[in-house]
Amino acid sequence: MISVSINGSLSTFAQPLSIAELLEQMQLSNKRIALERNGEIVPRGQFNQQMLADGDKLEVVVAVGGG
Amino acid sequence: MSNDNLIIAGKSYASRLLVGTGKYRDFAQTQAAIEASGAEIITIAIRRSNIGQNPNEPNLLDILPPSKYTLLPNTAGCYSADDAVRTLRLARELLDGHSLVKLEVLGDPQSLYPNVVETIAAARTLVADGFQVMVYTSDDPIIARQLEDIGCVAIMPLASLIGSGMGILNPWNLQLIMDRVQVPVIVDAGVGTASDAAVAMELGCAGVLMNTAIAAAQNPVLMATAMKLGVEAGRAAYLAGRMPKKLYSASPSSPTSGMITPAKHI
Repeated sequence: MISVSINGSLSTFAQPLSIAELLEQMQLSNKRIALERNGEIVPRGQFNQQMLADGDKLEVVVAVGGG
Repeated sequence: MSNDNLIIAGKSYASRLLVGTGKYRDFAQTQAAIEASGAEIITIAIRRSNIGQNPNEPNLLDILPPSKYTLLPNTAGCYSADDAVRTLRLARELLDGHSLVKLEVLGDPQSLYPNVVETIAAARTLVADGFQVMVYTSDDPIIARQLEDIGCVAIMPLASLIGSGMGILNPWNLQLIMDRVQVPVIVDAGVGTASDAAVAMELGCAGVLMNTAIAAAQNPVLMATAMKLGVEAGRAAYLAGRMPKKLYSASPSSPTSGMITPAKHI
């Protein structure tokens, strides 16, 4: 069981999973997002390879209106 | 006026009006206002996605095709250099390596006045990391010069506080900045109506960036048109070169000779 913070909310997962699998669960696959893991950018091309670890802190961002 | 383009980081833009995408009623209004403004450089913000909410909600990027617009991700809401740098690295990833960005590091939430110490630190990191940095800053000419020396591609002083609509409060400082800086000086923040935009351009600013002045107008799309015309009018007046002011010394527009005989002499 691993516990991961996603945009400030804790989620727990029974099985190990990759970032790509997480995004699929969140229905964010193929959406225009960017992702930071523990303060470091994760390039889109690495979503499949990178496995989440217990205690990871993720930020998932989108573009919104702003000045 | 042909080929009077705005050049930023080597790229040429026909419009000298830059607009934001915040505070609109919906994306349709955002799109209509941007269209009416004629702007080519469009600011966007970077925020956490709404986890668990409608995954099919429309995305701002869908109405801003990169073929038509140059997107300018900002760091609005960041109060430290570190957060601003992280935000823009996320933006670069989100926008497929896009490096032109708007840096703003704020000092406090009441004034939204820039924290220039953090701004300078962030600018150094971003320039070293390959970003092309357009930087929101105070109207301090020395700071402006330092930001240019660091390698920022445009200096963007406030005219008055963000979202205040107070207009150009210190034209003299803007002039001091333009006297010292080679890169484009773009007024960012404080414009309230079209005459403010015109004044900024008449002073010789290279452009004007605004959001609230359009989005918070009663009719945003009409105000976007007004701002387009204001910027164009101000730019034309600057290029035309205004007549000198003659304080306490009137000068008639019509001939002073050939007047009919004054009545008292008839």
